[in-house]
Amino acid sequence: MYEHDVIVVGAGGAGLRAAIAAQEAGADVAIVSKLHPVRSHTGAAEGGINAALRDADSWEDHAYDTMKGSDYLGDAPAVEALCRESPEEVITLEHWGMPFSREDDGRVSQRPFGGLSFPRTTYAGAETGHQMLHTMYEQVVKRGITVYDEWHVMDLAVTDEDDPADRTCHGVVAYDIQSGEISGFRADGGVILATGGMGQVFDHTTNAVANTGDGVAMAYRAGVPMEDMEFIQFHPTTLPSTGVLISEGVRGEGGILYNRKGERFMFEHGYANNDGELASRDVVSRAELTEVNEGRGIEDEYVHLDMRHLGEERILDRLENILHLAEDFEGADGLTEPMPVKPGQHYAMGGIETNEHGETVINGLYAAGECACASVHGANRLGGNALPELIVFGKRAGRHAAGDDMGEAEIPTGKEGEWEPADYEFEVEVGETGGSDPAAADGGAVATDADGVLGATVERAQERVDELLARKGRNHAEIRSQVQKTMTANVNVFREQEGLKETLGDLREAREAYKDVAVSDPSRTFNTDLIHTMETRNILDIAEALTMGALARREFRGAHWRKERQERDDENWLKHTLVSWNDGEPELWYKPAILEGENKTYEPKTRSY
Amino acid sequence: MSTQLPKQTEESSETETETEPAVASKGDDRRAEKRRRADEKRRQRQAEEAEKAAADEETVELKVFRYDPEVEGKQEPRFDTFHVPFTKGMTVLDALMYSRDTYDSSLTFRHSCRQAICGSDAMFVNGGQKLACKTQISDLDQPIRVEPLPHADVTKDLVVDLEHFYDQMEAVEPYFQTNDLPDGELEEQRQTRENREKVKMSTRCIWCSACMSSCNIAAGDNEYLGPAAINKAYRFAMDEREGEDIKQKRLEIIEQEHGVWRCQTQFSCTEVCPKDIPLTEHIQELKREAVKNNLKFW
Repeated sequence: MYEHDVIVVGAGGAGLRAAIAAQEAGADVAIVSKLHPVRSHTGAAEGGINAALRDADSWEDHAYDTMKGSDYLGDAPAVEALCRESPEEVITLEHWGMPFSREDDGRVSQRPFGGLSFPRTTYAGAETGHQMLHTMYEQVVKRGITVYDEWHVMDLAVTDEDDPADRTCHGVVAYDIQSGEISGFRADGGVILATGGMGQVFDHTTNAVANTGDGVAMAYRAGVPMEDMEFIQFHPTTLPSTGVLISEGVRGEGGILYNRKGERFMFEHGYANNDGELASRDVVSRAELTEVNEGRGIEDEYVHLDMRHLGEERILDRLENILHLAEDFEGADGLTEPMPVKPGQHYAMGGIETNEHGETVINGLYAAGECACASVHGANRLGGNALPELIVFGKRAGRHAAGDDMGEAEIPTGKEGEWEPADYEFEVEVGETGGSDPAAADGGAVATDADGVLGATVERAQERVDELLARKGRNHAEIRSQVQKTMTANVNVFREQEGLKETLGDLREAREAYKDVAVSDPSRTFNTDLIHTMETRNILDIAEALTMGALARREFRGAHWRKERQERDDENWLKHTLVSWNDGEPELWYKPAILEGENKTYEPKTRSY
Repeated sequence: MSTQLPKQTEESSETETETEPAVASKGDDRRAEKRRRADEKRRQRQAEEAEKAAADEETVELKVFRYDPEVEGKQEPRFDTFHVPFTKGMTVLDALMYSRDTYDSSLTFRHSCRQAICGSDAMFVNGGQKLACKTQISDLDQPIRVEPLPHADVTKDLVVDLEHFYDQMEAVEPYFQTNDLPDGELEEQRQTRENREKVKMSTRCIWCSACMSSCNIAAGDNEYLGPAAINKAYRFAMDEREGEDIKQKRLEIIEQEHGVWRCQTQFSCTEVCPKDIPLTEHIQELKREAVKNNLKFW
């Protein structure tokens, strides 16, 4: 058993920032992560960090842009916290030595980004995330913060009161990937989940293989609702074989999209007669997929992004890294041939329900970063708003967990505020995977006091691992691949009732299949078969909640498009979707979006650019 | 069984279907029936894949190092052969993932981002340190030999123990230090574009440890800081924002017995660096800085 005041799960941007903040506030903090910190996927972020740093700019403008971009599903107190605190956080990174790109006068550079009324995206080349991640890890090393790396957190130690709002989180249980040891980590100050994205729910994603949504699924099974899971951002230009991102910069510089017939379809098929290739991400993604679905795709899979006409000089000057990416990951030479691209899952707007301090409905349990939903992105995230979220809310959660007095939060969690039950019949059974089978890990709480709950959770984790290693059964990889395929087929950029129902049925089958899952590698040393098998369970829960939300929300808002109603419906849907695990019988409910800010109310307007 | 061919996988899945619960309830029966059907499907698929692999000339042959300290039959290192259907753009990492997910789920290697930024999957491919995710199969001679990084302890299969590498990285005080922060809370500490350009390549290190593995000196002197850690020191020593006092301290660190002077400029680190960092040049430049500095105080 290890003991610290605060445990941070995950070591990407949000986790590192939370740990630093908790330590600065006087707590003994440790990070537990299944990857070494520098391997975290924050490192893959390219674009930049939005921050109103200049006199001509203001955090109020940044907040307005963010609310509009969110299609009015962001919660104003969280959005305003993000925009107000981002400048200070960016300067803090700068004072920690982060190598930002610079202007002639030596100040940090900023550039324009989609949906922003001021060029406020602060950046370090096209590798902002890498520089941010390494800069923060340097600070963790400097401060001597304990890092348990390559420890996979399996479960949260949460007490078993009926109402999730009465439960308390006392720590986590983790599996040491190197040695196979299972141990409890007690943290009476708090546990902060910072586990990042869940892109592996889809079979084509810009996310890392490690992005399996572990924290979201763990919190869910412990009783915290998942919020707005149906809102997934699909990026229109990813390489077909790997999902590696080809930056929007290519289209910004004049790159053109063609179908199999050589038609410039954005114009010729009328998807965006004004903006063409530079229409917003969701519009371009839908256009590409329509071309493929109507038989005008290449190899029935992708379209072409052509930049040859820009000329070698300009390409080498401004888009050099794109040449490397296309060459290294697709074997395509962008100077002499068009590059194959298709839409890919990129970012989850939804996640663990939190308030603006990062608190969840369970006492002592926090979440920050992509795994959390405060919500700052609502139905659609603006480019450059993911990285500031990590540092602003990582810091807030870290301070709060360490005991800093931050005042009452304005965003309610759980059912403490106004809420309504969902009026929707799913027809397919959802929830529970294996009942009492320890390998299925349906969760549920086990005891009421701190020592009891940690001991019991360790025991349950041990049983789960022993059972998975001992028994014979099927390999998880096939189940995972089935989930990813059905999600990509039906819960992609196009969503319609029949397809969504079909996927819910497929997910039920996948849950049934998971009852027979087993790990064939008997080793206790670096058993990735075992880790992946446990991750697949998390993928199942997330895929299901996401599909439930997508089915119930019959409107088109932000990244969520429904064939049955292709327009925004503010009268009925200006509200968040929540899914509670409810001890194995998932419950769908809603709470209103908060549009009242500190000094103003954000009135919904048409999202046009 | 030291070689995993598609045919053998087919046989092994047949044995699996024979596993049935001893006492069967109705629910168990139903499940068993479901499993039988699923297994049949899987067997069919694997048979098709094996057939395709056999018929298709576009098949990649991998010879992969295997070792597990606690599993019988793997305690003695061996090579397994995997045949993987080739697709355009396939990387060594893709082929390894296919092998693991199709033939042998115990095949172990680190990987995460698949885009050469997390630095997890450096390995020894056809005798050179490479990131598996950015190495195209079409650029390699077959059979492709995949081994763990040399000069590091093997944990299992292609996974090596990186503790020593991390220790060296942390030995150079790898964090920004300055006595020169501006007073205003929201004020930036300015840096010239030239200086940012100067340190730019050094900040691109992804800690993959390919350079350390390729370095003969590091192989012979376990205390040698190694190219990655020295490059990290360079990143700060050359950053004008740190100031002269701190640069002084940095030069002392890299001038220690197992520091820059051990480097014999063989350029192996520079050759293998997947981020094209001019490591040898950086080490040479630090040597020159150290000499200049010593003359100054002499």
